[in-house]
Amino acid sequence: MAILVDEQTRLAVAGITGREGTFHTLNNRDYGTDVVGGVTPGKGGQDVEGIPVFDSWAEAMSSVEPNTAMIFVPPRFAADAILEAAAAGVQLVVAITEGIPAHDELRVYNLLRRDHPGTRLIGPNCPGILSPGRANVGIIPASFFERGNVGVVSRSGTLTYQIGNEIAQAGFGCSTIVGIGGDPVPGSSFVDVLELFEDDEETELVVLAGEIGGSAEEEAADYIAAHMSKPVVAYIAGFTAPAGKQMGHAGAIVSGSSGTAAAKAEALEAKGVPVGRTPTEAAEIAVEVLGGAAAAAS
Amino acid sequence: MDLLEYQGKQLFARHGLRVSSGRAVTSSEEAVQAAAEVGYPVVVKAQVLIGGRGKAGGVKLAADESEVREHASNILGMDIHGHTVRTVWIEHASDIASEYYASVLLDRSAKQPLVMFSVEGGVDIEEVAEQTPEKLIRHHVDPLAGLSREEAVAIATSGGADADVVEGVADALLALYEVWLEEDATLTEINPLIVTPEREVRALDAKVSLDGNALYRHPENQALSDAENEDPIERRAKEEGVQYVKLDGDIGILGNGAGLVMSTLDVVARAGGSPANFLDAGGGSDAEKIKQAVRLILANDAVKAVLFNIFGGITRCDEVATGLIAAFEEIEPSVPFVVRLDGTNDAEGRRLLQEAALPNVHAAATMNEAAAKVVALAGSRSAEAPA
Repeated sequence: MAILVDEQTRLAVAGITGREGTFHTLNNRDYGTDVVGGVTPGKGGQDVEGIPVFDSWAEAMSSVEPNTAMIFVPPRFAADAILEAAAAGVQLVVAITEGIPAHDELRVYNLLRRDHPGTRLIGPNCPGILSPGRANVGIIPASFFERGNVGVVSRSGTLTYQIGNEIAQAGFGCSTIVGIGGDPVPGSSFVDVLELFEDDEETELVVLAGEIGGSAEEEAADYIAAHMSKPVVAYIAGFTAPAGKQMGHAGAIVSGSSGTAAAKAEALEAKGVPVGRTPTEAAEIAVEVLGGAAAAAS
Repeated sequence: MDLLEYQGKQLFARHGLRVSSGRAVTSSEEAVQAAAEVGYPVVVKAQVLIGGRGKAGGVKLAADESEVREHASNILGMDIHGHTVRTVWIEHASDIASEYYASVLLDRSAKQPLVMFSVEGGVDIEEVAEQTPEKLIRHHVDPLAGLSREEAVAIATSGGADADVVEGVADALLALYEVWLEEDATLTEINPLIVTPEREVRALDAKVSLDGNALYRHPENQALSDAENEDPIERRAKEEGVQYVKLDGDIGILGNGAGLVMSTLDVVARAGGSPANFLDAGGGSDAEKIKQAVRLILANDAVKAVLFNIFGGITRCDEVATGLIAAFEEIEPSVPFVVRLDGTNDAEGRRLLQEAALPNVHAAATMNEAAAKVVALAGSRSAEAPA
């Protein structure tokens, strides 16, 4: 098992005919992901290396029945693309697009809840989801990761690769790696993904990589204490970030005294979640916990 | 993108929120003219993106021309918590009966807009929230329905607004919500929202943050950034489309991906160093982008050493190496570089760097090792520097 994407994934891609869209769609297919179609209005009937392109999500649904959508369209079209995929009945939408206005994200989040509760949104502004050995939906470089029992959930792409790679070098693989994105209103939060990992038989430990801004890490801390039986190890980026400055990600900003890395680390540690002070330290803690678990099992 | 008070007030006025008439000026001569136009007494207010202006002496009442001239010339050029005052706002002074507080913000946790109102305005609202939370009304709005007049009236009433101004406060809340919604703001705040002796409700201050990602929908707001007060390197980075934030230290940082760069700053700080900037070269950094980034980092004279921390995903390490080699040919940096390349095509990237044998470029295998090296190099340069 894994979470969100696996051998059952049937992927269709909004923006498949764009340069980035084509490149990453084909990468995902090369990895073994079942890519069943793409959607670009006005380009229906064409194909991208044999992948059929449709004018709308409704047409894609009636022809190839995708259960997963990947969004690669520019920011101003992304909200409509997400909602159209949801309206067509796609259950999982993974939005890679960076730069979507916060008000659009707010509207999408609330419309999905009200009108399409069966659709889960991951992202936007995220690297996607990888279940090593099974499916890759997005832009995560799959070659660094082996199949295994560590779940990873993160607001940042490259930081995930950094930590994931250190764990991999210690000989541990991953069940699923989920990038929830660096925007202020993500479709899914840490809590949503932790819930899935808790229920996933394959996952034995979860690494959570957070950063400054908002309170998703504090909410995760409460959730972990109340609901999780599996160990969670955390890392928080941005201890040296000055207040009021957006650090690359739209959501990475300390507002006044709220959203600091120190407060997040403190909230997690107060609930018994160890927090590595560097990515290496977080990976080392994870490996130590896993090693202990492996020893206990043998 | 944070707006100065007067820019916020101009946005408010466009949406029917009452503000006092005023003028933004940049010299004491202009201040005198503006005061004559808006009518004495006037308030001279420093326009900076930081709180605590009043306590720092950046807000003064002036009864006549000589006072305006004196205050304006004192305040212009003043340093308020590291922000230099370039503009003052001259506003007709208001008589105040009561000071309230009102704001609309994007509540990231609830994923809804949050309207806040209090009759305890004119003071630090975080203190009100902490010490007398019952005096701060917090009302979440269904973003698909918007804020209704009934809700606005209920917020004003339950917050304890004087009965005769409940409608006026409700109007202000509705207008503030409209600014938040239609201008793609993440925060709109009025502190204080005043009631005059004539029982008029008016915004005496304005704090507005606009969503930079939504500026394409608001061409009229694009010019509002505080160009004069912006750091010149940050402004140049913005024009070039590079994610750059200037910091106080002496170690230049480049990485790929916002999270990894933030993490790099932390690791350098833990190693005893002090980062000079945040720079996210982004995914797929080609040679041209790397050259541009190196120029930005070195535009800061404080930089004594530079750290490249790359974990290649979409970004290919060989491209980063090629870019760095090209940058060295053109720019000939005088400070040492530490380069850590890991991930996609890392072996090729390291080989290219080794063959190029760039002067004063040091390779590091891990992030921690790279941080330790760059801190040592920056430190030894400080020691060498003439007194």
